[in-house]
Amino acid sequence: MVEKVPAVEFRDVSKIYPKMKNAAVKHISFKIEKGDFCCLIGTSGSGKTTLMRMINRMNSVTKGEVLVDGKNVKSFNPVNLRRHIGYVIQNNGLMPHMTIRENIILVPKLLKWPKDKLAGEAQKLIKMAELPESYLDRYPTELSGGQQQRIGVVRALAANQNLILMDEPFGALDPITRESLQNLIQNLQVRLGKTIVFVTHDMDEALKLATKVVVLHDGQLIQVGTPDQILHHPANDYVKSLIGEERLSEAKYETVKVKNVMLTNPTKIDLGASLTDALTMMKEHRVDTLLVVDNGDHLKGYISIDDLQRNYPKASSVSDILITKLGTVGPEEYLRDNFSRIMSRNKSYIPVTDSDKKLVGIVTRASLVNVVYEKIWGDKSRLQNTSEKEAK
Amino acid sequence: MSTFFAQHGSELLVKTWQQIYISAISLGLGIIVAVPLSVVLMKFKRIAKVVIAIASMLQTIPALALLAIMIPFFGVGKVPAIIALFLYSLMPILRNTYVGLTDVNQDTIDSARGLGMTNMQLILKVDIPLAMPVIMAGIRLSAIYVIAWATLASYIGAGGLGDFIFNGLSLYQTDLIFGGTIPVIILALLTDYLLGKLERKLTPKGI
Ligand SMILES: Nc1ncnc2c1ncn2[C@@H]1O[C@H](COP(=O)(O)OP(=O)(O)OP(=O)(O)O)[C@@H](O)[C@H]1O
Ligand SMILES: [Mg+2]
Repeated sequence: MVEKVPAVEFRDVSKIYPKMKNAAVKHISFKIEKGDFCCLIGTSGSGKTTLMRMINRMNSVTKGEVLVDGKNVKSFNPVNLRRHIGYVIQNNGLMPHMTIRENIILVPKLLKWPKDKLAGEAQKLIKMAELPESYLDRYPTELSGGQQQRIGVVRALAANQNLILMDEPFGALDPITRESLQNLIQNLQVRLGKTIVFVTHDMDEALKLATKVVVLHDGQLIQVGTPDQILHHPANDYVKSLIGEERLSEAKYETVKVKNVMLTNPTKIDLGASLTDALTMMKEHRVDTLLVVDNGDHLKGYISIDDLQRNYPKASSVSDILITKLGTVGPEEYLRDNFSRIMSRNKSYIPVTDSDKKLVGIVTRASLVNVVYEKIWGDKSRLQNTSEKEAK
Repeated sequence: MSTFFAQHGSELLVKTWQQIYISAISLGLGIIVAVPLSVVLMKFKRIAKVVIAIASMLQTIPALALLAIMIPFFGVGKVPAIIALFLYSLMPILRNTYVGLTDVNQDTIDSARGLGMTNMQLILKVDIPLAMPVIMAGIRLSAIYVIAWATLASYIGAGGLGDFIFNGLSLYQTDLIFGGTIPVIILALLTDYLLGKLERKLTPKGI
């Protein structure tokens, strides 16, 4: 089998700026596959920009290797390499003295595309930016910040670049404009299958856009993973603080599994037991139903006090009045997926069985109350506590 | 007035032409040297400070003294005058071009480089167009200086409208003094006006 060549690969990469003692980026290794939306995230000064700019040789590599399409970037002519990699920065990325049209076709022009192809390209791209064609003859200052950045984004696609580098492209925009641009870039990325390296310090943005999140701190790689992995298994407190309390508790709720809330000592009775035993057990535990298991603890069904009363003493064994039809959940299933199922059943609990059909516990409606309580009040009670403290 | 024209009319044309000729060549040389020099100095900031300091110093030498200094090296006539005026024209152009280039938005440059412009393209298509208003301001300033000081070039035998003024001074003839001074003023104003038009033409729209 031929191994897939990653779009970008860092191999033990370090960067020391001239006259600086400390490395800005230290021993970093990871891969960005083709079609990945890779977000580099970290606090200010963590080395995101430094790392990204080594890809198109805007920064030189001090140690290690950076590979693009499997080839060391040092083997490319830097100017040529840059013309084939899209580049978007936060502010003023547009040339103020060029019209929108000239800005858009800047790279194709550098690549010496024929004239007729250039005109068509400008029209195609302004459409992609979801702006009217008449804007082509305007100057950047005649556009709003959000519109300018739309142009910045599509300009990076103008020469069919497959790899696009973006350094906090939406950092200076208001939340609503930012969201619409996030949607734009996400659509384009999915539709056109581009590989994107995206620097941000906004975890919400990273989790929304990324297929791969790379967390940096002090020039070091802290964690690489999908948004889900980062959210649910943050590597350390730094990652947690980037995610933020609110999101974490939300995520925690999202990831509560059945086994986390189930009661592990359900009242159960053996399939061969007598109804007299069953009745005694019901009285002892003050329950109106009993789960029935065989001697291997496999769940067989349940009996209820109604049936017992109706059939006693005609039937004498638990197996005679057994009801086999009952829903179960697995211990590894997420609570959120089963919440409504558990709540809507008019039974007061649902049995939990493992993959061998063995009874391992039950989830009661009462145990769900705690989860709901924490989700709704958890944050607020914390807030109240702090405000009380402040009041003192 | 009309007697002045009757007596010196054709002379006036020749002297004005000489004035223009000396000024234009000095200024032209100044531009050709100072603009590229500033571009190079951008890469060597520390040397830039030294060079600009030297250029400022040249400017503090009194014009007449500088002209006189030229004589032992280049003799008298147009050549030493042009060299002296050229040295004078350097400073405003050099300083303005340097400042203009330094002030070009770093993000714009970074972006242009990131998109794959060569260094030459960066200078010609981004740096200089964006710095154009400031560069042109320097050139206009130099032009006025050079036209005014070209009058003194007559002192070392370079000709020009200064001949009228110096003659007028030595002969106590005010009409000669005015006949030299007024065309210099008109020349300076006209040049500034034309360069202003050129500036508007060269400055890209959108900035
Ligand atoms: N040109 C440079 N020369 C010297 N040091 C630099 C240079 N650029 C960055 N650094 C240093 O390298 C470290 C990483 O900087 P970098 O710009 O990569 O951080 P960042 O994660 O992009 O931060 P931000 O979110 O603020 O943009 C910082 O300590 C910074 O001071
Ligand atoms: Mg940065």
